[in-house]
Amino acid sequence: MSLERLIDDELIVATVGVEILQQALVDQAVTSVVADWRPPTAGTEDALATLAERGITHAANELAIARMLAVRPQLVDVASARDVIPGMTETTFLHAGPPLTWERASGPIRGALIGALIYEGIASAADEAEEICRRGDITLSPCHHHQTVGPMAGIVSPSMPVAVVRDAGGDGVAYSTLNEGLGKVLRYGAFGPAVIDRLQWMEKVLGPVVAATLHQVGAVDLQALISQALQMGDDGHNRNRAATSLLLRSLGTGLIENNTVPVADRKEVFQFIDGNDHFMLNLLMAAGKLAVDAASDVPGSSLVTTMARNGTDFGVRLSGTGDQWFTAPAPIVDGLFLGAFTADDANPDIGDSAITETVGLGGFAMAASPAIVGFVGGTATGAIRRTLEMYEITLAEHPAYQIPQLEFRGTPVGIDATKVVRTGVQPQINTGIAHKDPGVGMVGAGLVEAPMDCFAKAVIALAATAT
Amino acid sequence: MIDRVTVQSGRYHDSVRLMQASQALRNTDGVSEALVAMGTELNLSLLTDLRFDESEFSSAGPNDLIVAIRAVDEAALGALDQVLDDALTAGKYDTGAGDLPPPHVIETAAQSIGANFALISIPGRFAFVEAMEAVRAGLHVMVFSDNVSLNHEVLLKEEAVKRDLLVMGPDCGTSIIGGIGLGFANAVQPGTVSVVGASGTGIQQITCLLDDAGIGIRHAWGTGSRDLSEAVGASSTLRALAALDADPGTEIIVVVSKPPAPSVAAAMREAAARCSTPVVVAFMGPGSTLEGATNEVISRVGAPPNVYSAWPSRDSEHRPGSLRGFYSGGTLRDEARFIIEPVIGPVSLTETADGHALVDYGDDEYTEGRAHPMIDQTVRLERLNAAVADRSIGVILLDVVLGYGANPDPAMELAPVIRSLAGAGVAVISSLCGSSGDPQGFEYQANQLHKAGAAVYLSNAAAATRAGNLIGGGL
Repeated sequence: MSLERLIDDELIVATVGVEILQQALVDQAVTSVVADWRPPTAGTEDALATLAERGITHAANELAIARMLAVRPQLVDVASARDVIPGMTETTFLHAGPPLTWERASGPIRGALIGALIYEGIASAADEAEEICRRGDITLSPCHHHQTVGPMAGIVSPSMPVAVVRDAGGDGVAYSTLNEGLGKVLRYGAFGPAVIDRLQWMEKVLGPVVAATLHQVGAVDLQALISQALQMGDDGHNRNRAATSLLLRSLGTGLIENNTVPVADRKEVFQFIDGNDHFMLNLLMAAGKLAVDAASDVPGSSLVTTMARNGTDFGVRLSGTGDQWFTAPAPIVDGLFLGAFTADDANPDIGDSAITETVGLGGFAMAASPAIVGFVGGTATGAIRRTLEMYEITLAEHPAYQIPQLEFRGTPVGIDATKVVRTGVQPQINTGIAHKDPGVGMVGAGLVEAPMDCFAKAVIALAATAT
Repeated sequence: MIDRVTVQSGRYHDSVRLMQASQALRNTDGVSEALVAMGTELNLSLLTDLRFDESEFSSAGPNDLIVAIRAVDEAALGALDQVLDDALTAGKYDTGAGDLPPPHVIETAAQSIGANFALISIPGRFAFVEAMEAVRAGLHVMVFSDNVSLNHEVLLKEEAVKRDLLVMGPDCGTSIIGGIGLGFANAVQPGTVSVVGASGTGIQQITCLLDDAGIGIRHAWGTGSRDLSEAVGASSTLRALAALDADPGTEIIVVVSKPPAPSVAAAMREAAARCSTPVVVAFMGPGSTLEGATNEVISRVGAPPNVYSAWPSRDSEHRPGSLRGFYSGGTLRDEARFIIEPVIGPVSLTETADGHALVDYGDDEYTEGRAHPMIDQTVRLERLNAAVADRSIGVILLDVVLGYGANPDPAMELAPVIRSLAGAGVAVISSLCGSSGDPQGFEYQANQLHKAGAAVYLSNAAAATRAGNLIGGGL
């Protein structure tokens, strides 16, 4: 309200600080609220003050989040990684998370690299593959540097079929591998014969059939699928059953009508997608990548454009700090374990799939997904609280992704790193858990909180930018 | 009638909500027909039946949201965006999840209740960020915290000017806004006098003295102890003065401040002279007291001169020794100094082992890491207890400030040490800044202090005069 209106308007007061002063307002029957304030993360005080002095963060964030939300992801094609991914060479192997060397790589990354080298025919056995990696004969590069994202280990090798997701409202494009299913799979670090066989089949059959089907049915509007899926109980990260079903419906007619492909192959493709509730995850991640890339490089913006883990480090990037990564040790996931596996088997947090939380899904849409509340203490109300907490650290409510349980409120979207360090509220991520040793695979799924240190470093670096 | 058809791809809503949205639009004045629907074949045929232009929606598919409206004119159409937004997005809801997670920062706290005002009292080195966020969120802000840099104060006030908001503080102890006390404020009666002040206890003293005289307060806006410095240039005080001058409910304005920078004092006097409302300027200094300014207000409103409440002591005997003042209010301490120094010569403003001294225990030096002495008297009580055995002390002057935000029973805490001091032959004189409406009970507090052996005066100037006379006048 204007200064003039301070004369007559009823006071409604928000307070931070001394309790007795807030109590005095309560005693005077003034409508008031007290923030549960705590000092910002140690070391960020000066950076926060600098940003407040400069005063460009708000406008920069408005621009960045508008760009993020304007993206209209369409699944248009499946193509060979070597043909479409920028910077891909015959010896390039992309991986999840921030930059990494073989020496620092964790079990699942090593296992997946071994598997990919065998799959590409570069190595014939695990020890040979390890030797190649140790010698540095291949180039390791983060998916995120190549308009690409990959769940868990996130290994992308040249022959792999990748989904091509385009922005209908712009010229952006993003890529992801196709999802292999759960259990013993490459992305969880397994590399046995069954894993390699499946990858071969995906390259020879799945990729071409999905591509041909897409050419027949036309682009699939991923945002529309995701919106509906949230209203059908998906969170978009640990549960993708509804979205995968919707995708299969979108592809169904094309799959039936496509006479150029043997019917046995079409049936296999149908069964593969139908039998893999996470088939949509990778496509949804590519849609997220499209959104965060559109929001990148806005000077002064504290919008988080990347949260990604390589099994060793957790990395964060901000719109206002370009390609700079801010890392901290990857945390251990608090989860539920398959069979006889326990927390001792778990590798630290891994994968680019936290892109879903970066764009308002996964842990940020937990309230929409009562089916998986086992990960958050087993109650639907716990899931709702988890999501509600995220609104304080985000810049917007998603215009398309809505949560029925919150009266169709949009999901919290666009993490503001300054809010994270000011509130002490860490972004929460729903995720899978890989075995720490190469060659084993998936051991569970659960929840993890993004390390505060990444955001503190990022905010300090943002304050040091010249703009 | 005009039609408007829009197609948004990738926005999905379930059909029940869409029916409700269609209904909400149809129920709006000026709308004859409305259909909000996903572009399924059935819905497309409905649109055709309703004779909407097919070319507008023929490309839409089941994943596209179509909004088709027929209204009397453009103006009617324009009002519908909000109706549609409300119908498609969340209202108030009960999640069943119990209490919502508490907000942690000022702007989300404000958003949670639709606040228009922020009160910030966290430690000074953190206060700037919260205050700036509050201003940028469109709130008037009172920064109670001290230890905020001058540069940050200037930035806050510049930002407030851009947004037509008022920043009170930093180091703003007191405000009364439309009868609501913020920070340290007394429960004074409502009225037509408004106060603008760069001095918290100055505002409290003037409003309490006026209350004692039966004159009520409309607004009392603190602006922060440094507002009238050269660097800040009275930014908030000048803007508050202009706003109150324009207020028909304010019949007289008092401007109160510690001694301002000379150039700023001149600008303030000029601004006061330009006001159409009568302005009493009370810049603290030799010969200028809060009681004096109050008396001027009383005479301007045509009320009879007031005899301010006091509970004097019966005798003037005290053990030999110098005067020591133990203040919690900075302006009250300064006022005492300006009254006493002409009578007894220079006094120290910091703690001293001998000679006369008047110390403000509300100063930054004594408040870093602890609550203000108006809330937490620990330091002052410790010093007073030590004074019992300190034979260099003959007269003690102190202030007790009541009101919202202050210690719930300061007299109870002070009574034992006053009793000891009086028993040791020390003359104890207390000013008691309060009003009969204060939660601590003004009369009760006065009686407790008086019974313990202190001479008690509502007017700090009267208390200081008495103390000065005991030393200098040999009375």
